[in-house]
Amino acid sequence: MNQVIPDEAPRRTRGDGFWRKTWAVLIKEFIQLRRDRVSFIMIVTIPLVQLLLFGYAINTTPRDLPTALLLQESSDVGRSILAALNNTRYFKVTELPRTEAELDRLLASGKVLFGIEIPANFERELRRGDVPAMLVAADATDPVAASSALSALGRLVQTALAHDYAIPQAGTAPFEIRTHARYNPAAKTELNIVPGLVGTILTMTMLIYTALSVTREIERGTMENLLAMPITPIEIMLGKIIPYVLVGFVQAAMIIAIGVLLFGVPMLGNLGVLAALSTLFIAANLSIGYTFSTVAQNQLQAMQMSIMFFLPNILLSGFMFPFAGMPAWARAVGEALPLTHYLRIVRSIMLKGATIGDLRYDAAALAVLMLIAMTIAVTRFRRTLD
Amino acid sequence: MNAAIARGDDGRDIVIDVQHLTKRFDGRAVVRDVSMQVKRGTIYGFLGPNGSGKTTTIRMLCGLLTPDEGTGTCLGFDIRTETDKIKRKVGYMTQRFSLYQDLSVRENLEFIGRIYGLQKPRAAARAAIERLGLSGREEQLAGELSGGWKQRLALGACTMPSPQLLLLDEPTAGVDPKARREFWNEIHALAADGLTVLVSTHYMDEAERCHEIAYIAYGELLVRGTVDEVIAASHLTTYVVSSRSAGGIGLSALVHELEHRPGIDMVAPFGTSLHVSGRDADALERAIGPYKERRDLDWQRSEASLEDVFIDLMGRAKDNFQ
Repeated sequence: MNQVIPDEAPRRTRGDGFWRKTWAVLIKEFIQLRRDRVSFIMIVTIPLVQLLLFGYAINTTPRDLPTALLLQESSDVGRSILAALNNTRYFKVTELPRTEAELDRLLASGKVLFGIEIPANFERELRRGDVPAMLVAADATDPVAASSALSALGRLVQTALAHDYAIPQAGTAPFEIRTHARYNPAAKTELNIVPGLVGTILTMTMLIYTALSVTREIERGTMENLLAMPITPIEIMLGKIIPYVLVGFVQAAMIIAIGVLLFGVPMLGNLGVLAALSTLFIAANLSIGYTFSTVAQNQLQAMQMSIMFFLPNILLSGFMFPFAGMPAWARAVGEALPLTHYLRIVRSIMLKGATIGDLRYDAAALAVLMLIAMTIAVTRFRRTLD
Repeated sequence: MNAAIARGDDGRDIVIDVQHLTKRFDGRAVVRDVSMQVKRGTIYGFLGPNGSGKTTTIRMLCGLLTPDEGTGTCLGFDIRTETDKIKRKVGYMTQRFSLYQDLSVRENLEFIGRIYGLQKPRAAARAAIERLGLSGREEQLAGELSGGWKQRLALGACTMPSPQLLLLDEPTAGVDPKARREFWNEIHALAADGLTVLVSTHYMDEAERCHEIAYIAYGELLVRGTVDEVIAASHLTTYVVSSRSAGGIGLSALVHELEHRPGIDMVAPFGTSLHVSGRDADALERAIGPYKERRDLDWQRSEASLEDVFIDLMGRAKDNFQ
């Protein structure tokens, strides 16, 4: 309806009232913001929680890197090296394998980042001045994490031996460290980053797809109709998730293909296993996004929840900073994020040629996370308008 | 104060049978102690002002809301525990258009066909489009349809799975008179086929097209029965007053004079005349006696209209609840 304003009536000219009108919209926005309690609370908590969380968790100098020590001889020197490694902040000897094969398996599965081998007769050759070789295998899929620790290793062992046994250190070193950077010998960071991006990109896209799916139906008013129909929450959930599994699968295939063709990332493992586990990862993220949409009251809240979930995925999963370098509590948080597990999966399969057997823990973790999210979503789903 | 209605003795012929339904939101009772019975094949009009609890009651009937108190059955199924079975056999048309705006007419109907497990959803959708006269518009997005077509589509969508009961929540709000009439013809045709229809509305002319009506205000069901029964039960005596002088001058002054006289419960202008009603015929006669003498006014005794009855009921309900 057009209101006709007579010419004589006091008129607001075009230019003036600009700030008055801006002010009117501003006040309206503030009122709406205040009404939306959850968003209001998030204004404060998002920066606070994220700052504290990441400020304490992120450390670019990795410490306590899990290390396996293979002692081929039982000697005082070996024990001394073990003690010296554990005394530093860089290494933490978590495994003592008995054979080289066992050591290889530990590295392949990602349980340890370093494998140190003290060969037989090490002590005897050392005392004779024969300069024996200490073998160090480093998992170089993450070159950043590996390099600083490696550079510290030589100095460390030397000091320990000099201290304990008064082995002369003047002149040449009494032993040699033979380093073998496995999986990424050239220490190219893109070999680590590109597979990681597969997971990061998928996390972001998948979350958004489903995070709005329920809130959108509520805001558009279609939910009332849907609820009045004979359909169960599980049917609604699966119906909303499955199409995006396909979408995610296409995205994953695209990113991996580009990674291999353009960035020269090797594909050492089984593509079928990678496809299967990627699907699991995609479904897990979709389930989490869907859970947000059943908890959120509106689309804005659903978006905020997604972002709040996305940030730790980037920062605490081992994508940006070495996972092993974080404090224990941050690693515990990381274990609850699907991306942490998928990063291990995708890097291990592509760069190390890991098998499903090596990755069973991470695969199981993804499945568990997905089921937890689905259970929450189905129980939280409001079947009535009460 | 309920109008007496013939209760169906055969329990199977009662489609909706609920007792003492109460629903509170944040401690405020929106529906209070509502009991009603609807017989198979009837068109049951559910009337009441905005915010009177019509939508809440309908939602309780189809399992979208759980009553805080009260019990009942819908199509023989418990409205608390057997909502899944109720949903299968009830077509519910929401007050707000709630089909998918970004799906086409055909896609919306096929979606519904699949959810209700129809054997051939595509064929069913095609048949529904034909029946609704939506041929040629089947590929149009539902959100782009005009109000009348949206309403027709929504009705088609909830009748497509062949429900036994239709719950229509203000289906004709914002629809033009022609579309409204066609809609009611369709409702009568469906009822003739044995479908039970519960329809909420504001419009009095629509109320008169119902077999039975119930009037709800402030969450309480005030009266129910056929239109005649409801009017008779109101015991309203009504006079229509018109001005003999041209243009009906003086009637607005008369409204103010009459409004507060004891014995007159309601004065309402209708075009060029006034409806003056009272619950007590004698008191009304006494109150209007002096005015009947006036030569410029013409007093005609008339039957109270449904609207008179409802406005009176609302006034009384207000006295009780506020």
